[in-house]
Amino acid sequence: MLERALNGSKNYWIWIAALMSVIGVAVVCYLYQLWFGLGMTGMSRDVSWGFYIAQFTFLVGVAASAVMLVLPYYLHHYKAFGKITVLGEFVAIAAVTMCLLFIIADMGQPQRLLNVIFYATPHSMLFWDMIVLNGYLFLNVIVGWNALSAESKGVPPPKWIKPFIYISVPWAVSIHTVTAFLYCGLPGRGFWLTAVLAPRFLASAFAAGPALLILLCLLLRKLTKFDAGTEAIQTLSKIVTYGIIINVFFFFCEVFVACYSQIPEHLDHLQYLFFGLHGKGALVPFMWLSMILMFTGIVMLLIPKIRTNESTLAVACVAIFIGTWIDKGLGMISGGFVPSPLHHVNEYIPTLPEIMITLGIYSVGMLVLTVLYKIAISVKEEAAGIS
Amino acid sequence: MPNKKQIYDRDKVAIGLAIFVALISFPFWFNMGKASPAPEIKLSDKAKAAKQCIAPTAYMRAEHMAILDLWRDTVVRDAKRVYSTNDGLTFNMSLSTGENSCMGCHVTKADFCDKCHNYASVRPYCWDCHIAPKENK
Amino acid sequence: MMENSRRRFIKIAGITAAGFGLKPVTDVLASGGAPKKASPIGDTSAGNKALTAKRWAMIIDVKKMAHEETIHQCVEACHKLHNIPKLDNKRHEIKWIWEEEFKHAFPGQHHEHMSEEIQHAPFLVLCNHCENPPCVRACPTKATFQREDGIVLMDFHRCIGCRFCMAACPYGSRSFNFRDPRPFIEEVQEKFPTRMKGVVEKCNFCAERLAEGKQPACVEASNGALIFGDLNDENSDVRKVLKSNYVIRRKPGLGTGPQVYYMV
Repeated sequence: MLERALNGSKNYWIWIAALMSVIGVAVVCYLYQLWFGLGMTGMSRDVSWGFYIAQFTFLVGVAASAVMLVLPYYLHHYKAFGKITVLGEFVAIAAVTMCLLFIIADMGQPQRLLNVIFYATPHSMLFWDMIVLNGYLFLNVIVGWNALSAESKGVPPPKWIKPFIYISVPWAVSIHTVTAFLYCGLPGRGFWLTAVLAPRFLASAFAAGPALLILLCLLLRKLTKFDAGTEAIQTLSKIVTYGIIINVFFFFCEVFVACYSQIPEHLDHLQYLFFGLHGKGALVPFMWLSMILMFTGIVMLLIPKIRTNESTLAVACVAIFIGTWIDKGLGMISGGFVPSPLHHVNEYIPTLPEIMITLGIYSVGMLVLTVLYKIAISVKEEAAGIS
Repeated sequence: MPNKKQIYDRDKVAIGLAIFVALISFPFWFNMGKASPAPEIKLSDKAKAAKQCIAPTAYMRAEHMAILDLWRDTVVRDAKRVYSTNDGLTFNMSLSTGENSCMGCHVTKADFCDKCHNYASVRPYCWDCHIAPKENK
Repeated sequence: MMENSRRRFIKIAGITAAGFGLKPVTDVLASGGAPKKASPIGDTSAGNKALTAKRWAMIIDVKKMAHEETIHQCVEACHKLHNIPKLDNKRHEIKWIWEEEFKHAFPGQHHEHMSEEIQHAPFLVLCNHCENPPCVRACPTKATFQREDGIVLMDFHRCIGCRFCMAACPYGSRSFNFRDPRPFIEEVQEKFPTRMKGVVEKCNFCAERLAEGKQPACVEASNGALIFGDLNDENSDVRKVLKSNYVIRRKPGLGTGPQVYYMV
């Protein structure tokens, strides 16, 4: 199987080399961070989590969204997803890999990582997050790899992976739920202290993840002979539509609670994000852009003509992906820390090396995804050739 | 599939293997001929005069890291800071604070700690936080 | 007692609801990891000089604190003793005890017509050594933990620097070593270790001084404006003051049970 990743066109190798060079620069930045400490990031005493944890949160969602393929295909035998389910699982593998790397990048003492296991602490949500994330990675590797290698041999997947497939469905929900529980169980952080956080995380995940997958399918059709099929893409687009609408609905539920109750501890964060607080509002343009993008996406997807046209569908997917990324990858974490519990307004702005490390981790994810997709597409092309 | 068993690109494989073996054995040939004799610990005058540590020398030599690991938990987490031997001597269970601590007696970090640690290539991070006694030279 | 049993019930209910059935395993783990081999000889104890209590608490007499001088002395005493670095970059700042205005120490409780005196009085803030500390709940390695006498401590040897505790603390009492603090300590005290980069730190109620039978450094430097003692001892100074004075606590609605009381 793996050898298929070593045999590619010139463009394939240029792409790999490009990713590797970004990773190389990021490694240098990370070594600098190891030597200097996390002070080289934009994080502070008041905003003690930044870009890394925000990307982690967003990518957990992308990973969880694989369930939107696994569930219809394996539980409802929805045949149209047969060709792309493994692509969804491979997105999950790449996304969880990035999540784990972001966690490590964010640690002050990464060499003590195993303390989480040596001194396992069940009352800490981080402990459960470690378990569900690693478990999810394991499940997707097992299921995706076995399904694909069965396909390459032209036989049905082995029976013993069935239980793993069934477990992976609730497990996908659990990874994003536990990730939300990291935040929403903390007293004194009004922005996160809401029961709708986990559902909202899941809704935005089921919008962003499938949107990414549609874009990947369209890209694959351009670059390779692999065609995901119109029906699969159209079904995905409907999933995105529901996901993004439910996400925005949950967001408005939060806005209503904060604005109607007028409780400052909840309201202040929204005010900071959308209007600025005490003259500070670095995120204001981003948050509005996010709103505009998500709404544009909704309107576009609701119009059948636009949704069924794959070029306009692609535009809608880009809008939704970026919109949800800003929402979770920029606003969600900083927004919870500003204002601080003592009501000081100290903003967070990531530094250049911090952004480089972030890009490096994204490159690792794309590298993993490229290699896995290369293998998957080769297998599928061969299988199509045989039949 | 060819029937005959043969190695493709025999030369390239051989060169590759040679490079691999050379690289993986790097530490051995890099350090060849540089073996130095095991260092002798030099006790401080104070430690010499005390004659006795918290446990017999052989035990201390083998287990000091385990004791330090255990003690730091006992002090920080259980608030037990006084150690008493069976023959009634008491010690301050601390690496670096005060007369009756480890470094209070073994006042020469360079001779007592670093010598062996350097030889064995271990770098305990004790001194990132704990402050070694000033050595009068 | 009611409080405690309710809390225990919620804990157990939570674990059961989680449905992981790992109770025996978690019990072992909850006790602080695998049991370690004990030293073959000798014994360990707290020593006979140590001050002990069932629950340590502090009362801050804000009126007596009104002098800048007193506040300054308390902060300096603590920060000097504990090798707190002075970092110019405000983002990297480390503080165990510091002063805030009323509206920051007690957000949501100030109003327009508050007396000038209170509005601008310097309020000392520090770790509240909560009865029900959210930071301890959040820590994935028990690097921050609650002692039996109520003091919430940091085990710097164990901290992995995930900063979950900082997100969990509703009082902003925790600082992170964003860089190596050593070069920024003005006058290194050999009696107390410094920290290394990448770990979280905060006030420790001077656990190292209590062990030697001394009151916390800030209390000693406060000219009587700070009162420290055992909340469970009816005859302690803190109990006497609480009996005859009205006190407030920071964010009592969160259920954390802060053990620092403010006499306004």
